[in-house]
Amino acid sequence: MAFWIASSPHNHQQSETSALMRMVIYATIPGIFAQWYFFGWGNLIHIALAVATAFVAEFTVLSLRKKKITTQLFDGSAILTAVLLGISLPALAPWWITIIGSLFAIVVVKQLYGGLGHNPFNPAMAAYVMLLISFPVQMTLWQPPLSLLAMDIQLADTLSVIFTGYTPQGYSVEQIRTHIDGFTMATPLDTVKTNLTQGFTVLESMKAPTIGKYFGLGWEWINAGFLLGGLFLLSKKSIHWTTPVSFLSSLFICSFIAFIISPDSSASTMFHWFTGATMLGAFFILTDPVSGATSVKGRLIFGALAGLLVYLIRKFGGYPDAIAFAVLLCNMAAPLIDQYTRPRTYGHKLGAKK
Amino acid sequence: MESVIERIQKGNFWQFHGGIHPPEQKFLTCTKPIASAQIPEQLIIPIRQHIGQAGDLIVSVGDKVLKGQILSVGDNPMSLPIHAPTSGTVTAIKLMAIPHPSGLRETCLILTPDGEDTWQQRHICPDFQLLSKGKILEKIVNAGIAGMGGAGFPTQVKVSTLAKIEYLIINAAECEPYITADDLLIQEHSPTILDGIKILDHLLAPQNILIGIEDNKAKAIETLQKATADIDHIQVCVIPTKYPSGGEKQLIKILTGQEVPSGVLPSSLGMVMQNVATCFAIADAVINDTPLIKRVVTVSGQALDKPQNVWALIGTPVGYLTEQCGYSNSHDKHLIMGGPMMGFSLANDQIPVIKTTNCILAPSEIEIASPFSSTSSKEVECIRCGQCADVCPAQLLPQELQWSAKAKDQPQLEKLNLFDCIECGACAYVCPSQIPLVHYYRVAKAEIRQQKLLDIKAEKAKVRFEARKLRLEREKIAREEKHKKAAEARKARMNAGTPAAKSEKSAVAAALARVKAKKAQAGSNQDIVSQADSSVEQIDDNKSQVANAIARAKAKKLAQKSQTPISTADAEQDTDNAAIAPKAQPVVTDKKAKVAAAIAKAKKRQATEQASNSDTQVLSTEETTPVSATSGAVQEPITDEKSQLPINKKAKVAAAIAKAKARAKAKKETDGNINAQPSSTSTDKPTVVPAQEQYTLAAVASNKATVTLHTETPVAISPVNKTATASDERKKKVAAAIAKAKAKKLVEKTQQASPSTSEVKISESDSKPTTEAAIAANKKARVAAAIAKAKAKKLAASSDKSQPSE
Repeated sequence: MAFWIASSPHNHQQSETSALMRMVIYATIPGIFAQWYFFGWGNLIHIALAVATAFVAEFTVLSLRKKKITTQLFDGSAILTAVLLGISLPALAPWWITIIGSLFAIVVVKQLYGGLGHNPFNPAMAAYVMLLISFPVQMTLWQPPLSLLAMDIQLADTLSVIFTGYTPQGYSVEQIRTHIDGFTMATPLDTVKTNLTQGFTVLESMKAPTIGKYFGLGWEWINAGFLLGGLFLLSKKSIHWTTPVSFLSSLFICSFIAFIISPDSSASTMFHWFTGATMLGAFFILTDPVSGATSVKGRLIFGALAGLLVYLIRKFGGYPDAIAFAVLLCNMAAPLIDQYTRPRTYGHKLGAKK
Repeated sequence: MESVIERIQKGNFWQFHGGIHPPEQKFLTCTKPIASAQIPEQLIIPIRQHIGQAGDLIVSVGDKVLKGQILSVGDNPMSLPIHAPTSGTVTAIKLMAIPHPSGLRETCLILTPDGEDTWQQRHICPDFQLLSKGKILEKIVNAGIAGMGGAGFPTQVKVSTLAKIEYLIINAAECEPYITADDLLIQEHSPTILDGIKILDHLLAPQNILIGIEDNKAKAIETLQKATADIDHIQVCVIPTKYPSGGEKQLIKILTGQEVPSGVLPSSLGMVMQNVATCFAIADAVINDTPLIKRVVTVSGQALDKPQNVWALIGTPVGYLTEQCGYSNSHDKHLIMGGPMMGFSLANDQIPVIKTTNCILAPSEIEIASPFSSTSSKEVECIRCGQCADVCPAQLLPQELQWSAKAKDQPQLEKLNLFDCIECGACAYVCPSQIPLVHYYRVAKAEIRQQKLLDIKAEKAKVRFEARKLRLEREKIAREEKHKKAAEARKARMNAGTPAAKSEKSAVAAALARVKAKKAQAGSNQDIVSQADSSVEQIDDNKSQVANAIARAKAKKLAQKSQTPISTADAEQDTDNAAIAPKAQPVVTDKKAKVAAAIAKAKKRQATEQASNSDTQVLSTEETTPVSATSGAVQEPITDEKSQLPINKKAKVAAAIAKAKARAKAKKETDGNINAQPSSTSTDKPTVVPAQEQYTLAAVASNKATVTLHTETPVAISPVNKTATASDERKKKVAAAIAKAKAKKLVEKTQQASPSTSEVKISESDSKPTTEAAIAANKKARVAAAIAKAKAKKLAASSDKSQPSE
């Protein structure tokens, strides 16, 4: 007869890291669905590729590091990283982009830093930035929404483009991206940015076909999808409200100020919210606990900093979107933010409170 | 701003940071009445059941005790007595496992009940108002009451505070899941509890009494509200259910909005908190004269058939209670004392219920996964989700504490206020990575405490060491002082000129001579070491050295003995060998110089034997300086160039033979001299002559030895055989030395007569002529001694001496 000796507390709410990861992955479904609806199979193929690569990479590194493969391989973190990377890539990017990105995210950014919980940078975003800098051409092959395309692209066509660079009919990515009227279509953010350099006002840019009715054909719905997923996570308390709220408000305030000062050269607040990767970043990237700040105050600062950086890069930087850069910069700042935002312990510095 | 009481009356409370809502599971026991106490077969009563010191047992094995009888006393304010929970016999006093997370063993008293449950004489006091405060406090102390909520802080310490009390807070929150002991106690015994509160009111005279109770105890709230309806300054505060609102600091924050500063007792804020069960015990003690011998214990958990609250006697083994409640789980038992959040696992079921035990939990596998099951211990890496920081009631950063605890970064842990952790377990409860955070903190706390103890010890050791060093230093100085004084006294005595002083002087001189001899030996030793390589040789060589040294020392002694009458200045000069040069005295202190001088003297003597041999003193003084100079010069080339050695040797041998011859003649002369001296007696003569003859023989023997040495030296120089011949050489030397020593001994014997006589004479009269005579005698002795020394030297150092004589 043996008696168990265990340390208190003896009960536990039975939450698990893997469950948390799964929850986040489920929450991406509305956004991914919108992506599929407006842009076709491209991202789904990339997600599948990225997940497969991440699995292999994670398994290999865990074996090399002699870790418990069964528990760590299925903790969902690698899958989540891969899913987020797959979502962020251009739909018609070549297959090796995904493979390289996924490998880099898992092997270098995550495992070489010590695995789950030890990586200073968000693996998906670090991989994205690496790809963007290393393969700028492939990484800017943004596909316009299906409704704007001159030709129909089915699953087979997408697969063919991703793996060979051409559709079975022999069209290249460039040709696919070309509008019937003969100009290359870009993302809404890109369109606005390019038009501004060419002297058009934002209002005029809004008439571009890629923008569509509201803030970007397809993009607004993708962002809405991620917002929905984010709200689901908030309701499940899987993520903390502070970071998304502070990020979105910061972005809102920045764009609002700019819009007030110069409405012709500045996009609206809602345009910033519902184009690009704003919602994905707010609810799925910045909320990554490992590479973010931990205290409530710290998260508020973290989110606000990210919002500011996103706005500054979108407005003044060389790239149309900025979530990945902003996230990496904030990751770097996180330990410092944590250092200076420690909460006051109960019964300490009572004078300072009053 | 509205006052605290106004807010409370409106039902507005403050909030403490964090907190969790674990499944309450109170329904298991909260509806069943408290079962009465059964008397087990054996009671195990630890003598320490609270925070503080144990009292001293006043009963021994075999004593019969009555129910309520005091078993231990203590004079320390932090010590509490224990009492016999029932009548019976003390059957043992031994170390047993106590209810503590450590499972340590402490002294326990084993009481075997007689089943009669006979009370000791009690003094019922229906109206406590008639008692003085001191009397009430005394009753509380004698009843052995400690806080019954969990920590077990001695109650009288809390209630005898001199601080002005604004709020007396009665803690009925009972926030831990499963536990309903206080709930049931309120439901069934509210009048007694109220009596206890009134007693506390009487003692502390607080402005307000707040009863904090969580809103999940509807019946108890109702009972309390009814009971306190007619008392104005008692407020029943129904607070929202949230773990850990029953923590002292948390309840104070909820009710008053104030925070207890870190490291300070609540009484500094004008607050005192007591548990409801403690109030009951106080009333029982003051009114019914019943010490704390039983308490309500919640025996709960899904592994039990009949979970319920029971009145348990202090000392009842846990197994007895679980058995009564239908514990069927026969293997893989998991028993927890206390609640699921802060309780601790028990190592066996023979651990007793003590004053602070409010719950025994026997959970099923579904309720609380055991550490052995597959679903448990799934600790993974922290992902810094921060949920722990969100729920921490002390507003700590559990995940950062965890990193630092794992890294054993103690300064950082203290910076993060580890010691403000109340170990409530909320962080570990919510952790998605299932890290046993509290366990890490406990270990870290223990390590820091240990480290502090070690630091204190080290500090003490350092202080001790420094004190010792100082003391030794002091003692050394004192000793030196003493020695100096003694030396001065001795000197003064020696200069006094009494016979005692003289003998003392000679003793000192002898000692100095010994020292000198040793030094000289060391000098020659170096020479030899430079030639010889192996340690074996060195030993041989050492032997010869020793022999030489002995011989020399003896010679010295002799010389000194005869010298003593001359002057103390002479003796003193000997002491500082190195500083001899500036002194004007012509006495030769440098050994080598002396030797050389002796040799030279011998030569001179040979040459001048026919002419003038009566005044040896002039001779020696004349020759001293030049000879020592040459001997110094000679030494150098020899040590440098070994090729010169054979020449040297030859020269030496020749010189030795010459010397031996010369000495033989010289001795004869000296004999004559001795006879001529007025101081020497004629009786000396016969003994002296044979002695001198003997000496000559010895010298010849040593010469022979030197000759053999010479024949072998060329071989010794060849690098092949060097060591072997060197050792041969040593042997020869040793033989020579022994021979010499013997000779010297003889000389010594013969010489003894003259110094003694001279001494006697000096003691008789200090007149100058006698002194001069004595000097003459002394000189002779010295010459002899010098010759002997020269021999010794010659053999000891394998070089020098011969050159100057040629």
